[in-house]
Amino acid sequence: MKRVVITGAGTINALGHSVSETFAAMREGVCGIGPLDVRDVDRLQIKIGGQVKGFEAEGRYNRQQMSLYDRFTQFTLAAAREAIEQSGLVFNGELAVRSGVVLGTAGGGVSTWDDNYRAVYEEGKNRVHPFVVPKLMNNAAASHVSMEWNLKGPSYTVSTACASSNHAMAQAFAMVRSGMAPAMITGGSESMLCFGGVKAWEGLRVMSRDACRPFSANRNGMVQGEGAGIFVFEEYEHARARGAEILCEVAGFSMTSDASDIVMPSKNGAARAISGALADARIAGSDVGYINAHGTGTAANDKTECAAVADVFGAHADRLMISSTKSMHGHLIGGTGAVELLACIMALRDGVIAPTIGYQEPDPECALDVVPNEARDAKVDVVLSNAFAFGGMNAVIALRNI
Amino acid sequence: MNVKEQVIAIIAEQAVLDPEDVSVDSTLESLGIDSLGLVESIFAIEEAFDITVPFNANNPSETDFDISSVASIIAGIERLRAEQTAA
Repeated sequence: MKRVVITGAGTINALGHSVSETFAAMREGVCGIGPLDVRDVDRLQIKIGGQVKGFEAEGRYNRQQMSLYDRFTQFTLAAAREAIEQSGLVFNGELAVRSGVVLGTAGGGVSTWDDNYRAVYEEGKNRVHPFVVPKLMNNAAASHVSMEWNLKGPSYTVSTACASSNHAMAQAFAMVRSGMAPAMITGGSESMLCFGGVKAWEGLRVMSRDACRPFSANRNGMVQGEGAGIFVFEEYEHARARGAEILCEVAGFSMTSDASDIVMPSKNGAARAISGALADARIAGSDVGYINAHGTGTAANDKTECAAVADVFGAHADRLMISSTKSMHGHLIGGTGAVELLACIMALRDGVIAPTIGYQEPDPECALDVVPNEARDAKVDVVLSNAFAFGGMNAVIALRNI
Repeated sequence: MNVKEQVIAIIAEQAVLDPEDVSVDSTLESLGIDSLGLVESIFAIEEAFDITVPFNANNPSETDFDISSVASIIAGIERLRAEQTAA
């Protein structure tokens, strides 16, 4: 078994267009959620979201690329460039042949579906652009990353709703740990903030109309975000031999399925995923200093997640910190675990715990240290990132300092 | 713009060339237009002339629309416009 480290990170999300901007916003407890700027917003009941602002595809991509890149692919390519350039890896020869890209997304090219359904249903057009299919397919982003960076090894896209990125990163980790690949590009992206995307979520009646307030007694639902988080996972000795800067170690993971309900979370399934990640990483629960929560801000998730953490950690649950950065960047659905991994890296490297903002009233069912409203300086050596998806599919990743 | 000028404008945009550099004798291949560029050009032609081009990328040579040169494309469009207007 090989050790696996992260040697590059990149992102674009409502808090910033880079990792450094995102870290700064997380430290300051900035709220990236605001009024939605999308077509027909007046026909939406939910009018807020964590939208990426100031990201213009025009000028960044040429005409041919624009016709092939849905917004979720555009985000992915921007974040991948930041991550791979930071890592300093150049993929050629044997390294290129064996390295691949595994990404998560729940919806893929949602706005491409939306735009073209509009064209044929609303506007009555009878033809669509020839690239609709290659633009909207869920693996488009992974494919374009592979083409731009010459990654010829195992490459695919994972889709497990809100756990997509964590499942993708777990797969990439397993490949590097087993020796199958020397390096993998991984993470995920999502871009559902268009009329059809928000309208679909509205239907489920789980969305907040005003704010995402995880763990707060007056929380009233989730708020959608958009963006991407991309990482370079690299075999430790490979990274060390070339003198790469190591951000942290990926220590282990676990994936479980509730096998019970299509939307309601299960304490047992979540607890098994958390304890499984600890066991896989050979980490004692008492070593965990911080958990980046799934923390969606729904009534059901937050209390179930806190109960699962209490079950797994016992008395130590009251000593560790657990925060939900969705309060700041919104819920990036299939991309959320990737952006949230940044809060874990910031905790390990900078000793700064990102806060749960919007926290107003303690909830006895969420009686943990949720790092309310203000970031905190704290030295932590082991952190977890939780993701618990609709469909009962859970994935937890453990990271530690190296 | 007449049909010829419009087609040349469409093809030139796909090939990232000035329209002056596209002649009616040019083949799409000589202009550097690949298979994706070809289907995009056909889409743009359908939009511009409000016609349906019977083109199947699986078997371009068997299709009843000759794409061997800019001139043959122009001729094909004029024929389709006549047929599809009549129908």
